[in-house]
Order: sequence, then C-alpha cells, then structure tokens
Amino acid sequence: MFENLTTSLKGALSVIGRGTLTESNIREGLEAVRQALLEADVNYDIAQQFIEKVTAEAVGEKVLKAVRPDQQIVGIVHQELINLMGPVDHSLHLRRDGITVLMMCGLQGSGKTTTCGKLARMLKEQGKKPMLVAADLQRPAAIEQLRVIGEQIEVPVHTEDPQGNSALKVCQNGMKAAKTAGKIDVLILDTAGRLHVDKQLMQELEQIDTKLQPDQILFVCDAMTGQDAVNSAKAFNEALELDGVILTKLDGDTRGGAALSVKAVTGVPIKFVGVGEQLDRIESFHPERMAGRILGMGDVVSLVERAQQQLNADDMALQQEKLKKGQFTLDDFKNQMGQIRKLGPIKEIMKMIPGMGSLVDSNPDLDAESDMGRIEAILSSMTPNERENPELIDRSRRHRIARGSGTDPAEVNKLLKDFQNMAGMMQRMANLGMRDRLRAVRELADGGMLNPNAEIHKTKERSKRGGGDPIKLREDKKRKRKDAAKQRKKNRR
Amino acid sequence: MGLFDKLKKGLQKTKDILRTDVRDLFKAGEILDDVKLREFEQRLIRTDMGVAASTAIINELKEKHLGRTVVIDEIWGTIRATLIGLLKGDGASTWDPAKPLSPITFAESGPTVILVTGVNGVGKTTSIAKLARFLQVHGKKVVLAAGDTFRAAAVEQLTMWSQRLGCEIVTRPSGTDPASVAYTGCEKGLELNADVVIIDTAGRLQTHKNLMEELTKISRVIAKKIPGGPHERLLVLDATTGQNGISQAKNFGEAIDCTGIVLAKLDGTAKGGVVVAIRQQMGIPVKYIGVGEQIDDLEVFNPETFVDALFTA
Repeated sequence: MFENLTTSLKGALSVIGRGTLTESNIREGLEAVRQALLEADVNYDIAQQFIEKVTAEAVGEKVLKAVRPDQQIVGIVHQELINLMGPVDHSLHLRRDGITVLMMCGLQGSGKTTTCGKLARMLKEQGKKPMLVAADLQRPAAIEQLRVIGEQIEVPVHTEDPQGNSALKVCQNGMKAAKTAGKIDVLILDTAGRLHVDKQLMQELEQIDTKLQPDQILFVCDAMTGQDAVNSAKAFNEALELDGVILTKLDGDTRGGAALSVKAVTGVPIKFVGVGEQLDRIESFHPERMAGRILGMGDVVSLVERAQQQLNADDMALQQEKLKKGQFTLDDFKNQMGQIRKLGPIKEIMKMIPGMGSLVDSNPDLDAESDMGRIEAILSSMTPNERENPELIDRSRRHRIARGSGTDPAEVNKLLKDFQNMAGMMQRMANLGMRDRLRAVRELADGGMLNPNAEIHKTKERSKRGGGDPIKLREDKKRKRKDAAKQRKKNRR
Repeated sequence: MGLFDKLKKGLQKTKDILRTDVRDLFKAGEILDDVKLREFEQRLIRTDMGVAASTAIINELKEKHLGRTVVIDEIWGTIRATLIGLLKGDGASTWDPAKPLSPITFAESGPTVILVTGVNGVGKTTSIAKLARFLQVHGKKVVLAAGDTFRAAAVEQLTMWSQRLGCEIVTRPSGTDPASVAYTGCEKGLELNADVVIIDTAGRLQTHKNLMEELTKISRVIAKKIPGGPHERLLVLDATTGQNGISQAKNFGEAIDCTGIVLAKLDGTAKGGVVVAIRQQMGIPVKYIGVGEQIDDLEVFNPETFVDALFTA
C-alpha cells in the first residue's frame, strides 16, 4: 500500500520540479493520501481535516533538492500523523498508597477480559499486587473466563454469582475484598461489553464510576473497527471521561486507522496495544510505528525490537565474528535460519522492511516459507562434518542428502552454490559500516530481488539442438558414444 | 416486532444519515455538481463500504446525473439499484425471507454440518446459539460441538447456551485438537440421527497461517466422517469491522472456501457496509444478520430489505 501511495504520489507530483509546493500542485498527491487514510479506516471527517491541515503545512514549503517531492509530502504526512496520535503516556498513574482502581470498558468482543489479564500480568511483573473483579454478568461464562485467566497468572479474582446480582454490587464487594485481603494495590474491574447506544447499560457504568471513583478508566478498542469507532469512543468518553485507550488485535493485518479516529475524538492517549492472544502480548503504544502502519509503510523499529527479544545476542555476535573472518559454515547458516524463522512468517517479516512490502505483494506465488523448509531439510540431512566442510560432498553424498531430505540432487547442488556466493557476499558486508550495509541491502532489494529473472527457481534453458526431453537427450548421447566406439574399432582393423 | 421492523430499527442510523442527507444535498431543481457528490461520498464511506464500492456508486451518479437538474426520485432509483446490484451479485444467491432456512444448503441425507469461523470477539458463539435456536424452531434436531478449545471458558460458554437451548453438545477438555472435537461432533450427530451439527471454532486472526491451516484440517476431518461436509462454512463478521473485513473474507475464504457470512452486532450504530465490498470483490453472500443480544435476534439477510431499510422511512 505504501508503495502504491508513493507511486501515485510520484505520478501526481512529477510536475513539480523546483520551487515551492502550492495548493494546486499537491492537490492530487494529497488525494492519494486521503484515499490511503480512508482505506485504513480513518474516519472520513478526520481524514478530511487531516488533509486540510497537511495542505496548510505543506504549502509554501520549499521543494528540497535532496528528496523527491513525494517523499517530502509523505514525510510531512507521517510527521502530522505522529503529532496527532501523540503525545504518549504509558503510565497507569498508580497511587503510591492505597488501592488504584482501573476500570475497563468497551463494546462486546473488543477484548476486555483478555486485556484485563494482560494488564494484571504486566503489573505483577512490575512488583504490584493486582486483583481482578469479574463484573461481566451478561455474557455466559465470562466470569469463568476471568477466573481461568487469574489462575494462569496467579492473580486473585473476585467472583460472585450473577443470578439476581448487579455489576455495581460486585465491584463494591470486590473493593471490600481487596481491602480485607490486604497487600492488594491495584484493582482491575472487568465490565461487560455493551453498545454505546444501550442507555440502561451505559448508566450502569456511570453508576460504577460515581460509586467507586476509578483512578483510570480505560477504553478497550478493537483495532479493526471501521468508521463507527468515532461514535462508540465519543459516547463512552461523554459518559465516563476516559483516561486512556487500549488498542487490541493489532497482530492482524489491519491498518488500524481507528487509532487515529479514537485519539482525535476523545483526546485521551492510547496507552497500550494488544498484539496476540497470549497474556504476555501487550506493548506500549508508539505513534511513529502506528503512523507507518496506517500509511502502509514498513515497521523496522518493531522488527528490530522483536529481533532483540527473540534472537540470542551472544550467538549473533559470535556469528558476526565468524562472518568477518570468512569462517561462516553451513552449520551457522542453519542456526541463523532457525533464528530468523523464530521472528514469524517470512512474509510478515518482509512486509516490515521498507521496500520489501511491494515485493511480497507483487509475488503472491513466492512461497518463502516452503523454500526455507526445503533448505532446512537439506541442511539437516547433512552430517555435521559435511556442514563444516561442504567440499566433502561428492556425488554419492549428494544423492544421500537428497534422498534424506526428499529433494533433488540438483537442489542440493544449487544450495551449495548459493551458499558459496552468499558467504562471500556476507563476508564483504560484515566488513562494511552500518550505513553501507543498509545501502547494500537496499541495492539487493532493488536490483537482485526485484528482478523476476533472479535466482528464484530458474529453469534450465535447453540449447537449440536438443528437443528438450532430457531422457531422450541422454539416450541420444549414449547411442552416439556407442556408435563412435564401434567406428573406432572398425578403423583400427 | 416483525422482521422488517427489526431490520429497520437496526439500520435506523444509516438510514437517517443517508435519507436526510440525500434530501438535504439534492434539492429538486438544483444542479448536481462535484461538491455535492463529494458530500454524498462522505456518507457512503461512513457506512464502511469502502472507497471502491463508494466510488462505484458515485461514478454511477456522475454518469447519470452530473450537471443535470436533479430529480430526487431518479437519484433514489440509481442508488437503490446500484446497492442492490452490488449486494446481489449475479443474483444466484438471494433467498426467500418467507423460507428462513433457504440460505442453508442441507445435506441430501444424514446430518448437515455447519462450520462457524471468524476472528476473535466477533460473536461466533452467540451466533451459533442463535442459529441453533433458529433451526430448532424450524423443527431441526441440532448437535453442537465446542471446538474452541483455546480460549479460557469458551467451552463453558457454549455449554451454558446448550443447556438453555436444550440441545446436545460435544465437549473436550481445553487444549484438545479442535479437529478431533469436530470429528466427535459428527460421530454424535450420526449416532443421534441429528439434522444439523454446528461446529464452533476458536477465534483467529486471518494472518496467522498455521491457525488458518488448522481450519482447513478441521474441514478435511469433517469430510472424512461425513462425506460432502461441512456443507456450510460460515464466516461471522462484526458489523463494526472496517476495511479489514475484506482481508478476513479473503483469507478465511482461501482456507475453507466460505459459503456465507453472518453479519453480527448490527444493532449498534455500525452498519457493516463492508459486506458490500466483500460481495463486490469476493462474491461471498451474507446469509444471516444478528440484530440484538437475545437468542431470537437472528434474521435472514435480504439485500432488498437491507437497502430498502436504508432508504425508506
């Protein structure tokens, strides 16, 4: 998408050579931006206002010589998005003494109960003593769900029989229970999901708000929400005065325009984002990453962060050393591939790298996953000795490896050749500085990888002479050799 | 409340937006210009139908009415026809609201298997309960299979519904392979001679490839036990979902070749206009809509009623 945006921007702005950006010469470009925002589910009015603001910002700016005008506009748009979604405030403003009460609210199915568990787990890791209150009396088994989550993270849960009970009572009793239990310093209220148009249920929330005076009211919002995000966020904010927003289900491929809409109508900061079903999948919100996501740009920062979490730093340093010395073996290659696969599906990783996104979209058949699977199988079918000294691999070994990995001897051969090339390239790269290295990767993406005729499964071309059928060719050759031998015999006589 | 009223009530907001706006925007005798078209586009986008579908409608308007004096009825006609046209597709998949079970393809003999899928928190379990009730009311014997063995207390949630409905349910402990639950569900359906087996699945985001493959596996395992099954592969879609709904329909469609959509949570202010875009791009029809939290709040989807409810008072 970002690639689409930049291409359409490039087309629209190609007329601007030098001088300044004016309203008329960037109008078409900003129309492309507007469409991108709408496709990302940013509310129509907010997208409109945003474009007006950016126009005001951009008009009169000098076209910089160093960057292309389209890049310049994307830069401005990106920065404006960051400004709109910031400033950040990741703190839950916990009290120094007494019990901090956090109340969660939101529509049905936005992920409140799971988020409660995630928050409790996070607070517990920070040395707090959280307690959960199951105040969702509406949905069948919601109480049970919170109880199970509490057990998983070893946090106490206050539950009551939903029959003839009210959410307010449960919350009040939960507060009492927290006080009597002692040591509890954070109380998290899990309320039932409700529609913002349901007056009765909204009043119930208001009652809890006035009686318990929660320190923080957090609105849980599904990142996939469309244009309606403004309506619900606005209604909840008017009823309860929200303190923060938690955006959930960001591990999907949603562009998350709802973030911009919600921030714009409520004005409260987005504090956290949920990025997975497991209870440790909660992260702080970063406007610059979200801006990139909304525009469909890569998210290198997240990738690097994830890499840091998943990859073993010592291992990497060791391999780096080996690379520099040119001692990179197939064994290291295998390890490194395993590490990369830990980061997630290859396509997802590639999408996070700027410039690579288009590669994925333009090659839907490119199945990196199964290619890597095959390579791993080949490598695993080698003996450690062979991985250390690939030159050992002769015809017979090659056949054994192919049989073991369910591949073709030719594939084994190709892998070995590719590895040789790559090892050389990597050694060169290891000796470059960070900046040059990035450029080298870029060049690779632009030239090598985007070239459809490059290495990916090239079929061998037959010469003009042969009819194409390799078996027939082989037999022809055999016959000719035999004939020649016969001829030689004859000549000797 | 009749079907029509309920639907209209659910669509009140969209209707208000569209109707009042069309009247405000296009006064009889005025000339339709770009500015007015733009304002109308805003209202279309707000229903979540997406840029492509909105543009299709706007272009239609442009072609027929731009620069001309406006006759309101003509514009009504154009919008209505375009929307119904988009929703109906080739017209092969429209059902008779008088026959509420007509959207479901039943097996020729033996139990019909319905596999219900969707992303997290769209209302799969509730929709299953409603669907089961719907089928029961129309004289079908239903068996449920609690295939969400991942989320905490999901099995309990469906069990509670089954108790309320008084129908059979197959459960396995948390963490069991959902395909095995589906298999047992089919076995139970055969054993009890049930008419319909509804299989619940855990919510999953469409980008998780392994989880999508799990769905394919479930589908395969069902077909082993009951040839031709699952006969219906429904995708539950949250009406508040924006353009990501397209990606959901695409990926779930690739995994299990969805036969239809259940559009849930249509009782809020969100209108689920994304189904227009989905219909346009993937051709997956909407079969049922959820219009409330009560067990009877499930209706057969009818494109004409849907669009009529948008435009008539």
